[in-house]
Amino acid sequence: MTTITTTTGAPHAAILGIGAYRPVRVVPNADVVEAIDSSDEWIQQRSGIKTRRWAGPEESVQMMSVEASRIALERAGIDAGQIDCVVVATVSHLLQTPAVATAIAHELGTNQAAAFDISAACSGFCHGISLASDFVRAGSARHVLVIGVERLTDILDLTDRGTAFIFADGAGAAVVGPSDTPGIGPVVWGSDGEQFDLIRQREDWRDVVGSPEVPGSGVMPHLVMQGNPVFRWASFAMAKIGQQALDSAGIGLDELDVFVPHQANMRIIDAMARSMKLPDTVKIARDVADQGNTSAASVPLALDRMIAEGEARSGDTALLIAFGAGLSYAAQVVTVP
Amino acid sequence: MATTEEIRADLADIVNEVAGVDADDVQLDKSFVDDLDVDSLSMVEVVVAAEEKFGVTIPDDEVKNLKTVGDAVAYIERAQG
Repeated sequence: MTTITTTTGAPHAAILGIGAYRPVRVVPNADVVEAIDSSDEWIQQRSGIKTRRWAGPEESVQMMSVEASRIALERAGIDAGQIDCVVVATVSHLLQTPAVATAIAHELGTNQAAAFDISAACSGFCHGISLASDFVRAGSARHVLVIGVERLTDILDLTDRGTAFIFADGAGAAVVGPSDTPGIGPVVWGSDGEQFDLIRQREDWRDVVGSPEVPGSGVMPHLVMQGNPVFRWASFAMAKIGQQALDSAGIGLDELDVFVPHQANMRIIDAMARSMKLPDTVKIARDVADQGNTSAASVPLALDRMIAEGEARSGDTALLIAFGAGLSYAAQVVTVP
Repeated sequence: MATTEEIRADLADIVNEVAGVDADDVQLDKSFVDDLDVDSLSMVEVVVAAEEKFGVTIPDDEVKNLKTVGDAVAYIERAQG
Protein backbone atom coordinates (compact mmCIF):
# COMPACT_ATOMS: atom_id res chain seq x y z
CA MET A 1 0.00 0.00 0.00
CA THR A 2 1.57 3.27 -1.10
CA THR A 3 0.94 6.50 0.74
CA ILE A 4 0.42 9.76 -1.04
CA THR A 5 2.20 12.66 0.59
CA THR A 6 -0.02 15.70 1.16
CA THR A 7 0.73 19.31 1.92
CA THR A 8 -0.18 21.43 4.86
CA GLY A 9 -0.54 25.16 4.51
CA ALA A 10 -0.57 28.20 6.71
CA PRO A 11 -2.67 28.14 9.90
CA HIS A 12 -4.67 31.13 8.68
CA ALA A 13 -5.19 33.24 5.58
CA ALA A 14 -5.87 36.94 5.19
CA ILE A 15 -6.27 39.62 2.56
CA LEU A 16 -2.86 41.31 2.45
CA GLY A 17 -3.67 44.09 -0.01
CA ILE A 18 -6.45 45.46 -2.22
CA GLY A 19 -6.19 47.35 -5.50
CA ALA A 20 -8.65 48.85 -7.95
CA TYR A 21 -8.88 50.18 -11.47
CA ARG A 22 -11.70 52.48 -12.52
CA PRO A 23 -12.11 53.35 -16.20
CA VAL A 24 -11.31 56.95 -17.05
CA ARG A 25 -14.66 57.77 -18.65
CA VAL A 26 -17.35 58.93 -16.22
CA VAL A 27 -20.82 58.59 -17.76
CA PRO A 28 -23.60 60.67 -16.15
CA ASN A 29 -27.25 59.64 -16.26
CA ALA A 30 -27.82 62.36 -18.84
CA ASP A 31 -25.83 60.27 -21.34
CA VAL A 32 -27.95 57.12 -20.98
CA VAL A 33 -31.50 58.45 -20.55
CA GLU A 34 -32.39 59.11 -24.17
CA ALA A 35 -31.98 55.54 -25.41
CA ILE A 36 -34.20 54.21 -22.58
CA ASP A 37 -36.71 57.08 -22.55
CA SER A 38 -35.96 57.81 -18.91
CA SER A 39 -34.70 60.63 -16.71
CA ASP A 40 -31.89 61.36 -14.28
CA GLU A 41 -34.47 61.58 -11.50
CA TRP A 42 -36.00 58.18 -12.34
CA ILE A 43 -32.62 56.46 -12.45
CA GLN A 44 -31.49 57.99 -9.15
CA GLN A 45 -34.76 57.19 -7.43
CA ARG A 46 -34.72 53.66 -8.79
CA SER A 47 -31.07 52.78 -8.22
CA GLY A 48 -29.18 55.59 -6.48
CA ILE A 49 -26.85 55.70 -9.49
CA LYS A 50 -25.63 59.16 -10.52
CA THR A 51 -22.71 58.22 -12.75
CA ARG A 52 -21.02 55.05 -13.89
CA ARG A 53 -17.61 54.25 -15.35
CA TRP A 54 -17.48 52.82 -18.85
CA ALA A 55 -14.26 51.43 -20.29
CA GLY A 56 -12.66 52.83 -23.41
CA PRO A 57 -11.07 50.74 -26.18
CA GLU A 58 -7.72 50.50 -24.39
CA GLU A 59 -9.26 49.49 -21.08
CA SER A 60 -9.55 45.77 -21.72
CA VAL A 61 -10.37 43.10 -19.15
CA GLN A 62 -6.68 42.20 -19.06
CA MET A 63 -5.43 45.80 -18.85
CA MET A 64 -7.80 46.77 -16.01
CA SER A 65 -6.93 43.57 -14.13
CA VAL A 66 -3.20 44.13 -14.40
CA GLU A 67 -3.49 47.74 -13.19
CA ALA A 68 -5.61 46.76 -10.17
CA SER A 69 -3.30 43.83 -9.40
CA ARG A 70 -0.11 45.91 -9.44
CA ILE A 71 -1.61 48.21 -6.82
CA ALA A 72 -2.79 45.28 -4.68
CA LEU A 73 0.65 43.64 -4.88
CA GLU A 74 2.43 46.85 -3.92
CA ARG A 75 0.14 47.43 -0.95
CA ALA A 76 0.55 43.81 0.14
CA GLY A 77 4.34 44.12 -0.11
CA ILE A 78 4.42 41.03 -2.34
CA ASP A 79 6.37 40.64 -5.58
CA ALA A 80 4.57 39.19 -8.58
CA GLY A 81 7.08 36.33 -8.48
CA GLN A 82 5.67 35.24 -5.12
CA ILE A 83 2.16 34.79 -6.53
CA ASP A 84 1.57 31.13 -7.26
CA CYS A 85 -2.10 31.23 -8.19
CA VAL A 86 -4.25 33.76 -10.07
CA VAL A 87 -8.05 33.46 -9.90
CA VAL A 88 -10.08 35.76 -12.13
CA ALA A 89 -13.83 36.18 -11.60
CA THR A 90 -15.50 37.57 -14.70
CA VAL A 91 -18.37 37.02 -17.12
CA SER A 92 -17.28 39.57 -19.70
CA HIS A 93 -13.99 38.29 -21.06
CA LEU A 94 -15.36 37.46 -24.47
CA LEU A 95 -12.59 35.15 -25.61
CA GLN A 96 -13.87 31.88 -24.26
CA THR A 97 -10.49 30.22 -24.00
CA PRO A 98 -7.77 30.41 -22.80
CA ALA A 99 -8.56 31.89 -19.41
CA VAL A 100 -7.63 35.58 -19.20
CA ALA A 101 -5.99 34.72 -15.86
CA THR A 102 -3.07 33.14 -17.73
CA ALA A 103 -2.35 36.32 -19.69
CA ILE A 104 -2.66 38.44 -16.54
CA ALA A 105 -0.32 36.13 -14.61
CA HIS A 106 2.21 36.37 -17.43
CA GLU A 107 1.98 40.14 -17.84
CA LEU A 108 2.41 40.67 -14.10
CA GLY A 109 5.52 38.51 -14.13
CA THR A 110 4.44 35.66 -11.91
CA ASN A 111 6.56 32.52 -11.95
CA GLN A 112 4.19 30.40 -14.04
CA ALA A 113 1.45 30.73 -11.44
CA ALA A 114 -1.59 28.47 -11.72
CA ALA A 115 -4.18 30.65 -13.42
CA PHE A 116 -7.84 30.18 -14.24
CA ASP A 117 -11.14 32.03 -14.53
CA ILE A 118 -14.29 31.36 -12.54
CA SER A 119 -17.83 32.09 -13.68
CA ALA A 120 -20.03 33.08 -10.76
CA ALA A 121 -21.22 36.43 -12.10
CA CYS A 122 -21.67 39.14 -9.48
CA SER A 123 -20.72 36.78 -6.66
CA GLY A 124 -17.45 35.72 -8.33
CA PHE A 125 -15.06 37.80 -6.23
CA CYS A 126 -16.37 36.39 -2.93
CA HIS A 127 -16.17 32.88 -4.43
CA GLY A 128 -12.55 33.66 -5.33
CA ILE A 129 -11.70 34.89 -1.83
CA SER A 130 -13.05 31.65 -0.41
CA LEU A 131 -11.02 29.53 -2.84
CA ALA A 132 -7.89 31.56 -2.15
CA SER A 133 -8.28 31.24 1.61
CA ASP A 134 -8.66 27.47 1.31
CA PHE A 135 -5.67 27.17 -1.09
CA VAL A 136 -3.43 29.03 1.36
CA ARG A 137 -4.59 27.01 4.34
CA ALA A 138 -4.32 23.70 2.48
CA GLY A 139 -0.90 24.48 1.07
CA SER A 140 -1.98 24.48 -2.59
CA ALA A 141 -0.64 28.02 -2.91
CA ARG A 142 1.11 30.49 -0.63
CA HIS A 143 0.03 33.76 -2.24
CA VAL A 144 -3.10 33.96 -4.37
CA LEU A 145 -4.17 36.90 -6.49
CA VAL A 146 -7.97 37.19 -6.70
CA ILE A 147 -9.34 39.51 -9.37
CA GLY A 148 -12.92 40.62 -10.03
CA VAL A 149 -13.17 42.32 -13.42
CA GLU A 150 -15.89 43.22 -15.89
CA ARG A 151 -16.35 45.07 -19.16
CA LEU A 152 -20.13 44.72 -19.06
CA THR A 153 -20.62 47.48 -21.61
CA ASP A 154 -19.60 44.92 -24.25
CA ILE A 155 -22.73 42.91 -23.45
CA LEU A 156 -25.03 45.77 -22.52
CA ASP A 157 -28.18 46.61 -24.49
CA LEU A 158 -28.22 50.40 -24.30
CA THR A 159 -31.94 50.43 -25.12
CA ASP A 160 -32.94 48.05 -22.29
CA ARG A 161 -34.64 50.02 -19.50
CA GLY A 162 -33.92 47.23 -17.03
CA THR A 163 -30.15 47.15 -17.40
CA ALA A 164 -28.68 49.98 -19.50
CA PHE A 165 -28.34 52.45 -16.62
CA ILE A 166 -27.13 49.87 -14.10
CA PHE A 167 -24.10 48.04 -15.41
CA ALA A 168 -20.55 49.31 -15.71
CA ASP A 169 -16.88 48.39 -16.03
CA GLY A 170 -13.88 48.10 -13.72
CA ALA A 171 -11.49 45.80 -11.88
CA GLY A 172 -10.57 45.04 -8.30
CA ALA A 173 -7.84 42.75 -6.98
CA ALA A 174 -6.85 41.23 -3.66
CA VAL A 175 -3.70 39.41 -2.58
CA VAL A 176 -4.53 36.56 -0.21
CA GLY A 177 -1.68 35.01 1.77
CA PRO A 178 -0.66 33.38 5.06
CA SER A 179 -1.42 35.06 8.36
CA ASP A 180 -0.77 34.44 12.05
CA THR A 181 -4.38 35.24 12.89
CA PRO A 182 -7.63 34.41 11.04
CA GLY A 183 -8.30 37.10 8.44
CA ILE A 184 -10.95 35.38 6.34
CA GLY A 185 -13.96 33.74 7.96
CA PRO A 186 -15.93 30.70 6.74
CA VAL A 187 -17.75 31.21 3.47
CA VAL A 188 -21.53 30.92 3.31
CA TRP A 189 -22.34 30.25 -0.32
CA GLY A 190 -24.81 28.54 -2.57
CA SER A 191 -26.99 28.74 -5.64
CA ASP A 192 -30.60 28.55 -6.73
CA GLY A 193 -30.69 27.29 -10.30
CA GLU A 194 -34.48 27.32 -10.30
CA GLN A 195 -34.05 31.06 -10.87
CA PHE A 196 -31.54 30.60 -13.70
CA ASP A 197 -33.45 32.98 -15.99
CA LEU A 198 -33.76 35.98 -13.63
CA ILE A 199 -30.40 37.44 -14.68
CA ARG A 200 -28.81 35.97 -17.75
CA GLN A 201 -27.17 36.33 -21.11
CA ARG A 202 -30.23 36.47 -23.33
CA GLU A 203 -29.01 34.45 -26.29
CA ASP A 204 -26.81 31.41 -26.68
CA TRP A 205 -23.85 32.15 -28.99
CA ARG A 206 -25.10 29.43 -31.36
CA ASP A 207 -28.34 31.35 -31.83
CA VAL A 208 -26.33 34.43 -32.74
CA VAL A 209 -24.25 32.60 -35.32
CA GLY A 210 -27.07 30.39 -36.58
CA SER A 211 -26.74 27.66 -39.19
CA PRO A 212 -27.09 27.44 -42.99
CA GLU A 213 -30.74 26.42 -42.47
CA VAL A 214 -31.60 28.89 -39.72
CA PRO A 215 -29.71 32.18 -39.87
CA GLY A 216 -28.61 33.64 -36.54
CA SER A 217 -29.55 37.02 -35.17
CA GLY A 218 -26.06 38.37 -35.74
CA VAL A 219 -26.63 40.53 -32.68
CA MET A 220 -24.28 40.43 -29.68
CA PRO A 221 -25.86 38.54 -26.76
CA HIS A 222 -26.95 40.93 -24.01
CA LEU A 223 -27.53 40.78 -20.30
CA VAL A 224 -31.17 40.76 -19.24
CA MET A 225 -32.61 40.94 -15.73
CA GLN A 226 -36.03 40.72 -14.09
CA GLY A 227 -35.66 43.56 -11.64
CA ASN A 228 -38.40 43.07 -9.07
CA PRO A 229 -37.87 39.36 -8.28
CA VAL A 230 -34.12 40.00 -8.11
CA PHE A 231 -34.73 42.92 -5.75
CA ARG A 232 -36.85 40.73 -3.50
CA TRP A 233 -34.30 37.91 -3.41
CA ALA A 234 -31.30 40.19 -2.95
CA SER A 235 -32.83 42.43 -0.30
CA PHE A 236 -34.26 39.75 1.95
CA ALA A 237 -32.87 36.27 1.23
CA MET A 238 -29.36 37.71 1.02
CA ALA A 239 -29.72 39.60 4.30
CA LYS A 240 -30.18 36.18 5.94
CA ILE A 241 -27.04 34.89 4.21
CA GLY A 242 -25.10 37.90 5.50
CA GLN A 243 -26.27 37.10 9.02
CA GLN A 244 -25.20 33.47 8.56
CA ALA A 245 -21.73 34.58 7.50
CA LEU A 246 -21.47 36.69 10.67
CA ASP A 247 -22.69 33.78 12.79
CA SER A 248 -20.22 31.37 11.13
CA ALA A 249 -17.36 33.71 11.94
CA GLY A 250 -18.60 34.28 15.49
CA ILE A 251 -18.95 38.02 14.90
CA GLY A 252 -21.81 39.94 16.47
CA LEU A 253 -23.43 42.94 14.81
CA ASP A 254 -21.83 45.12 17.49
CA GLU A 255 -18.38 43.87 16.45
CA LEU A 256 -18.87 44.61 12.75
CA ASP A 257 -17.18 47.76 11.44
CA VAL A 258 -17.78 47.65 7.71
CA PHE A 259 -20.48 46.20 5.41
CA VAL A 260 -19.49 45.71 1.78
CA PRO A 261 -22.43 44.26 -0.15
CA HIS A 262 -22.30 43.76 -3.91
CA GLN A 263 -22.96 47.20 -5.41
CA ALA A 264 -26.04 46.17 -7.36
CA ASN A 265 -28.40 49.01 -6.58
CA MET A 266 -28.62 51.50 -3.68
CA ARG A 267 -32.18 50.38 -2.96
CA ILE A 268 -30.98 46.80 -2.40
CA ILE A 269 -28.12 48.02 -0.17
CA ASP A 270 -30.56 50.09 1.93
CA ALA A 271 -33.11 47.27 2.16
CA MET A 272 -30.43 44.74 3.16
CA ALA A 273 -29.08 47.05 5.85
CA ARG A 274 -32.62 47.54 7.23
CA SER A 275 -33.39 43.84 7.01
CA MET A 276 -30.14 42.92 8.81
CA LYS A 277 -30.77 45.63 11.43
CA LEU A 278 -27.20 46.89 11.07
CA PRO A 279 -26.33 49.36 13.84
CA ASP A 280 -25.55 52.94 12.80
CA THR A 281 -21.92 52.35 13.76
CA VAL A 282 -21.42 50.03 10.76
CA LYS A 283 -20.00 51.83 7.72
CA ILE A 284 -21.81 50.78 4.54
CA ALA A 285 -20.25 50.75 1.06
CA ARG A 286 -22.19 52.95 -1.38
CA ASP A 287 -19.83 53.02 -4.35
CA VAL A 288 -22.68 52.15 -6.75
CA ALA A 289 -23.77 55.82 -6.82
CA ASP A 290 -20.66 56.86 -8.76
CA GLN A 291 -19.42 53.59 -10.25
CA GLY A 292 -22.58 51.71 -11.29
CA ASN A 293 -22.88 47.94 -10.93
CA THR A 294 -19.63 46.27 -11.99
CA SER A 295 -20.69 42.69 -11.16
CA ALA A 296 -17.60 40.72 -10.04
CA ALA A 297 -15.55 43.90 -9.59
CA SER A 298 -17.98 45.70 -7.32
CA VAL A 299 -16.96 44.38 -3.88
CA PRO A 300 -13.20 45.01 -4.21
CA LEU A 301 -13.84 48.40 -5.87
CA ALA A 302 -16.13 49.40 -3.01
CA LEU A 303 -13.78 48.15 -0.31
CA ASP A 304 -10.81 49.90 -1.96
CA ARG A 305 -12.72 53.17 -1.94
CA MET A 306 -13.69 52.81 1.73
CA ILE A 307 -10.03 52.24 2.61
CA ALA A 308 -8.95 55.22 0.49
CA GLU A 309 -11.54 57.48 2.10
CA GLY A 310 -10.75 56.32 5.64
CA GLU A 311 -14.15 54.69 6.20
CA ALA A 312 -12.51 51.28 6.52
CA ARG A 313 -9.28 51.05 8.48
CA SER A 314 -6.66 48.34 8.66
CA GLY A 315 -7.77 45.73 11.18
CA ASP A 316 -11.46 46.53 10.85
CA THR A 317 -13.91 43.64 10.60
CA ALA A 318 -15.84 43.66 7.32
CA LEU A 319 -18.70 41.58 5.99
CA LEU A 320 -18.45 40.92 2.25
CA ILE A 321 -21.49 39.59 0.45
CA ALA A 322 -22.04 39.20 -3.27
CA PHE A 323 -24.96 37.78 -5.23
CA GLY A 324 -26.21 37.63 -8.76
CA ALA A 325 -26.86 35.53 -11.84
CA GLY A 326 -27.36 31.83 -11.20
CA LEU A 327 -28.71 32.75 -8.85
CA SER A 328 -25.46 32.39 -6.93
CA TYR A 329 -24.13 33.98 -3.79
CA ALA A 330 -21.18 33.99 -1.39
CA ALA A 331 -20.43 35.86 1.82
CA GLN A 332 -17.62 35.96 4.36
CA VAL A 333 -16.23 38.07 7.16
CA VAL A 334 -12.74 39.44 6.51
CA THR A 335 -10.22 41.64 8.25
CA VAL A 336 -9.52 44.85 6.31
CA PRO A 337 -5.85 44.83 5.20
CA MET B 1 -59.59 37.19 13.02
CA ALA B 2 -58.32 40.68 12.24
CA THR B 3 -60.86 43.19 10.96
CA THR B 4 -60.43 45.05 7.69
CA GLU B 5 -59.58 48.18 9.67
CA GLU B 6 -56.95 46.37 11.73
CA ILE B 7 -55.26 45.01 8.60
CA ARG B 8 -55.38 48.45 6.98
CA ALA B 9 -53.82 50.05 10.05
CA ASP B 10 -51.01 47.48 10.25
CA LEU B 11 -50.40 47.82 6.52
CA ALA B 12 -50.31 51.60 6.90
CA ASP B 13 -47.55 51.24 9.51
CA ILE B 14 -45.57 49.07 7.08
CA VAL B 15 -45.99 51.57 4.22
CA ASN B 16 -44.94 54.33 6.59
CA GLU B 17 -41.80 52.44 7.63
CA VAL B 18 -40.78 51.41 4.09
CA ALA B 19 -41.69 54.49 2.06
CA GLY B 20 -42.04 57.26 4.64
CA VAL B 21 -45.68 57.86 3.73
CA ASP B 22 -47.87 59.31 6.53
CA ALA B 23 -49.81 56.32 7.88
CA ASP B 24 -53.04 58.36 7.98
CA ASP B 25 -52.85 58.74 4.20
CA VAL B 26 -52.85 54.96 3.66
CA GLN B 27 -56.62 54.55 3.12
CA LEU B 28 -58.42 51.79 1.21
CA ASP B 29 -59.17 53.90 -1.85
CA LYS B 30 -55.59 55.10 -2.29
CA SER B 31 -53.43 53.86 -5.17
CA PHE B 32 -49.94 52.83 -4.07
CA VAL B 33 -48.28 54.29 -7.16
CA ASP B 34 -50.44 57.30 -8.05
CA ASP B 35 -51.53 58.55 -4.61
CA LEU B 36 -48.86 57.34 -2.20
CA ASP B 37 -45.82 57.45 -4.50
CA VAL B 38 -44.83 53.88 -3.56
CA ASP B 39 -42.78 52.61 -6.52
CA SER B 40 -42.45 48.98 -7.56
CA LEU B 41 -39.30 48.35 -5.50
CA SER B 42 -40.85 49.85 -2.35
CA MET B 43 -43.91 47.74 -3.12
CA VAL B 44 -41.71 44.63 -2.98
CA GLU B 45 -40.51 45.70 0.46
CA VAL B 46 -44.08 46.37 1.60
CA VAL B 47 -45.13 42.93 0.35
CA VAL B 48 -42.30 41.11 2.12
CA ALA B 49 -43.02 42.94 5.38
CA ALA B 50 -46.75 42.22 4.98
CA GLU B 51 -46.04 38.52 4.41
CA GLU B 52 -44.20 38.37 7.73
CA LYS B 53 -46.71 40.48 9.61
CA PHE B 54 -49.84 38.70 8.39
CA GLY B 55 -48.43 35.19 7.87
CA VAL B 56 -49.46 35.04 4.20
CA THR B 57 -47.68 34.48 0.89
CA ILE B 58 -47.96 37.07 -1.86
CA PRO B 59 -46.28 35.80 -5.06
CA ASP B 60 -44.50 38.23 -7.43
CA ASP B 61 -47.15 37.60 -10.09
CA GLU B 62 -49.85 38.75 -7.69
CA VAL B 63 -48.13 41.98 -6.62
CA LYS B 64 -48.92 43.80 -9.86
CA ASN B 65 -52.65 43.27 -9.22
CA LEU B 66 -52.47 45.07 -5.89
CA LYS B 67 -53.09 48.58 -7.21
CA THR B 68 -54.80 50.10 -4.18
CA VAL B 69 -54.51 49.71 -0.43
CA GLY B 70 -57.96 48.12 -0.59
CA ASP B 71 -56.71 45.51 -3.09
CA ALA B 72 -53.88 44.58 -0.73
CA VAL B 73 -56.11 44.42 2.34
CA ALA B 74 -58.64 42.26 0.47
CA TYR B 75 -55.87 39.93 -0.73
CA ILE B 76 -54.52 39.55 2.82
CA GLU B 77 -58.02 38.86 4.17
CA ARG B 78 -58.58 36.16 1.54
CA ALA B 79 -55.13 34.66 2.08
CA GLN B 80 -55.67 34.49 5.83
CA GLY B 81 -58.91 32.66 5.00
